Amino acid sequence: MKVFMLGWEFPPHISGGLGTACYGMTKGLSEIGVKVTFVLPTSVPRDSGGHVTLRSATDLPLGVRKIVHQTGQPFSGLELYQLDALLIPYSTPETYDEEARKLAEEQMALDAETLAAIKAISGPTSLGLFGHGAGPQYAGDLMAQIYKYERLAVALARISDFDVIHAHDWMTFPAALHVKARTGKPMVVHVHSTEFDRSGDNINQVIYDIERAGMHGADKVVCVSHLTRNIAFTRYGVPAEKLEVVYNAVELPEDGGAATRPIRRNEKIVLFLGRVTMQKGPEYFLMAAKKVVEKFKNVRFIMAGSGDMITRMIRLAADLGIGRYVTFTGFLRGKDVHKIFQIADLYVMPSVSEPFGIAPLEALSHDVPVLISRQSGVSEVITHALKVDFWDIDQMADKILAVLRHAPLGSTLKQHGRFELSKLSWRDSAESLCEIYRGMTGGT
Amino acid sequence: MASVVFYFQVHQPFRLRRYTIFDSDTNYFDDFRNEQVLRKVAGKCYLPANKIILELCKAHKGLFRCSYSITGVILEQFQKWTPEVLDSFKQLADTGCVEFIAETYYHSLAFLYNRNEFIAQTMKHCQFMEDMFGQRPRIFRNTELTYNNDVAKVVEDMGFDAILTEGADHILGYRSPNFIYNPPNCARLKLLMKNYRLSDDIAFRFGNRGWAEWPLTAEKFTNWVDQINGNGYVCDLFMDYETFGEHQWEDTGIFNFMRAFPGMLLATKKNEFLTVSQAVGRYPPVGEVDVPHMISWADTERDLSAWLGNSMQSNALHDVYSLADDVLATGDQILIADWRKLLTSDHFYYMCTKWFADGDVHKYFNPYESPYDAYINYMNILDNVRARAAAIKGR
Repeated sequence: MKVFMLGWEFPPHISGGLGTACYGMTKGLSEIGVKVTFVLPTSVPRDSGGHVTLRSATDLPLGVRKIVHQTGQPFSGLELYQLDALLIPYSTPETYDEEARKLAEEQMALDAETLAAIKAISGPTSLGLFGHGAGPQYAGDLMAQIYKYERLAVALARISDFDVIHAHDWMTFPAALHVKARTGKPMVVHVHSTEFDRSGDNINQVIYDIERAGMHGADKVVCVSHLTRNIAFTRYGVPAEKLEVVYNAVELPEDGGAATRPIRRNEKIVLFLGRVTMQKGPEYFLMAAKKVVEKFKNVRFIMAGSGDMITRMIRLAADLGIGRYVTFTGFLRGKDVHKIFQIADLYVMPSVSEPFGIAPLEALSHDVPVLISRQSGVSEVITHALKVDFWDIDQMADKILAVLRHAPLGSTLKQHGRFELSKLSWRDSAESLCEIYRGMTGGT
Repeated sequence: MASVVFYFQVHQPFRLRRYTIFDSDTNYFDDFRNEQVLRKVAGKCYLPANKIILELCKAHKGLFRCSYSITGVILEQFQKWTPEVLDSFKQLADTGCVEFIAETYYHSLAFLYNRNEFIAQTMKHCQFMEDMFGQRPRIFRNTELTYNNDVAKVVEDMGFDAILTEGADHILGYRSPNFIYNPPNCARLKLLMKNYRLSDDIAFRFGNRGWAEWPLTAEKFTNWVDQINGNGYVCDLFMDYETFGEHQWEDTGIFNFMRAFPGMLLATKKNEFLTVSQAVGRYPPVGEVDVPHMISWADTERDLSAWLGNSMQSNALHDVYSLADDVLATGDQILIADWRKLLTSDHFYYMCTKWFADGDVHKYFNPYESPYDAYINYMNILDNVRARAAAIKGR
C-alpha cells in the first residue's frame, strides 16, 4: 500500500497537534508496511533548521524538493517532499504578510521560473473552490499559496506512484481534490479540526466551503473523534456511511517520563499548553486560577503557547489581580515542552471545542495528571482524567484545588492514566487507517 | 434435611450532594436524589418483595422463614420518606418468621479503623432494631460481609451467637459452605458462610439469558438445594434484597420464582427454611475456619479492594477516621451524625478505580461520573466537618 499524503506540518516544525499526529501516524503506517509520500509546504521558520534538502534529487518539478530530517530519516517507508508554498494557519494577516514577504525575497530569482513551471502544467486550471482575497482571518495571500501548493502537489503526483490520497485539514483539500481528479485514485480526508472548532459560529465562509468540498469530494472522511464526526455529519452534511473515526495516540517518552524531575521550589505548577486562541479557552483557565489563588497561594499557573489572544490574556491576568501567580512562556517546542511537563503538577485543557487534543496524552505520558474539558475528543478515549465543562470555572477551580491539596488524587490519576495510555498506540490507529485504505482500493 | 437460610441485606446510603471547596454550608446530603432513589426502589423492590414474603409466611403457616439486616441509614430514610416500607417490615416482624440481624448502624468499615466506633455503631443498631421490631439481634454481619478472625473475636465478646461471612473458595478450600463452623479463636461463636454459587444464581445470573441454566425455575433450584441432603446441613443464601425487582427486574420473573420456590422446597418434605438463629441452634459446628486476612463478598477478589484499593480511598478513610476524637469530643449530636453518615462504606466504593474504565457493576451503583469526582467531593465535605469540629472546640 502506497499513500500520497498531504499535510501542512511535520516535526520538527510544528505549531500544534497536527504535526505530532502526522508524525505518529506515518510512523505507525511505516511499521505495518505502508509507504508514505508526505507532501509539505515550506516550513516556517526556515532558518531554524530541521529539514535538509537532498541535493541529489534533480528530476523533480520546479518548486518541489525532496527533503530529509536533519537527524536523518526518522523511519523507513517515508519520503518527505517540500513544496514552495507557504501555508501557515492561525496567523494574523500581518504576521502572514511578514512571512510571505521574507519568502518572496528569498525566492526572487526563482519566482519567474516557478510561475512558468506552474503555467506549464496542463489540465484544469483550478477547481474554482476559492477566489483570491479570502476572509478576514487569513490574508488573501494564504489562498494564493494554497493554490500554489495545489499546483505543485499535482506536479509531484504525476511522477509519483501511489494507491491512495490522504489529506490532512482544509488547506490541503484543494490539492487532494485536484490530485484525485488527475489520477482517479481514491481519496481520504482527515479532519483534525473544523472551522466551527476554530471560530465558533463566526465561521469563515470560504474555508467552510473548502472543507465541505473536500469532505464531499473524498471517498472517506476520517474524523479524530465522535465529537468531530458529529460536526461533519450535522454541519457539513457528510453522509454517515462515508464517516469513520480513528483516534489519535501518543508515543511514550523513552526515558520513562518523570524520572528526572528537577528540584524546585515548593510551589505547585498548573500548566496550560496550547495555542492561546478562542478555541482553547485560555480565559477560563485564568478565571479558574483566580478562584484557586483565593484558597491556595503556593501555586503558579503557566500559560505556554502563543496566539491571537495572548495580549488579552496578559491583560486579563493583570485585571484579575493574579499577575504574580501567572507566567507566560510564549510558544514552546521540543525539549522545552518536555521540560515544562516535567515540572507540572497538573495539566489543564479548558478547550471550548477540541476535535481531539493530543496534548493531554503527552502530559499523561510525562506522568502529569490532566484536567480536560468535556468538549474534547480526547475525553472519549481517556477515562482517568478529571473532566469539566469548559465554562464551569467553579468546578474547574474545585478540581485544580483538589489536585494541589490532596496528593493521592494526582498519584491515582497518574498511575491509571499511564496504564490507560499504553492502550493507545499509533500502530493501532495506522491499522484502522490501513483498513480504510483497503476498503477503498479493493484490498490491494 | 437441608435447611435453607435466606438472609437479605437492605441498605441505601445517604448520598452526598455536589459540594465544592467554595461551599460552606452544612447540607452535605442530596436529599432530593436520596428520596428519589428510595421511592423508586421501594416501588420496584421493597414493597412488592415484602408483600410476597408476608404472603409466604402466612401461606406456609410459619414454615417459611428468613432473616434481614437493615442498616440504620436506610431505616432513617424509610422513616423520612417511605414510612409504608417501615410498616411492611414491622408486619414481617410480627409474623415471628423473620429475624433481624445486627451490623454497624452506618454500614461502615469502622472495624478496620476504630474499634470503639465499631462497637458503638453496632450497639446503636441493636437498639434501633429492638425499638423498631421488638427483637434484640443475636446474630452479626459486618459491612459487605467483611470478616476475619479478629472481627469474630470482638463480636463474640459483644455477646453475639453467630456471624456471617462469604464462603470464599480460597478460605474454604475443599470444605463445603453448607455446614456451620467456628472461628479458631472463639469458644462459642458460630460462623455461617455464604453458598455463593447458589446465592449468585439468584442474585446475579437469574435474568441472564446467556447463562446455560436460564431460565432458572423453582423446580430446578429446588432440585439443586435438595442435592445438599446428605452433604450438608444448611444452604446459606445471602444476597442484597434489591435483587428482587431492582437488580433483577420484575420482567425476569424473579418475583414469581420467589413466590413458587418455598412451596416447591417444602413439598419435598426433606428440606426446610430456618432463620439464622434457628440454624445456629439446630446444628453443631463441624470444624474451624481460619481467616487471618480480611475477606468480603465483593467482586471476584472477595477482599477489601473495592473500598480500599487505591490511595484516594485509603487517604479518605484515614482522614475521616482521624477526625473521630475531635468530632465526638464536641458532643454536638448533629455534627456527630453528619460525620457518621460519612463513614458509610458506599462513599469509598464510589472512589474505586478497579474496572472503572470498563464500566460495569461499579458504575451502575455510582452517582458520580468518575472515582476522582467522588473523592474530590468527599474531601471537600470532610474539610467542612473538620472546620466545624475545630470551631466548636475553639469556643
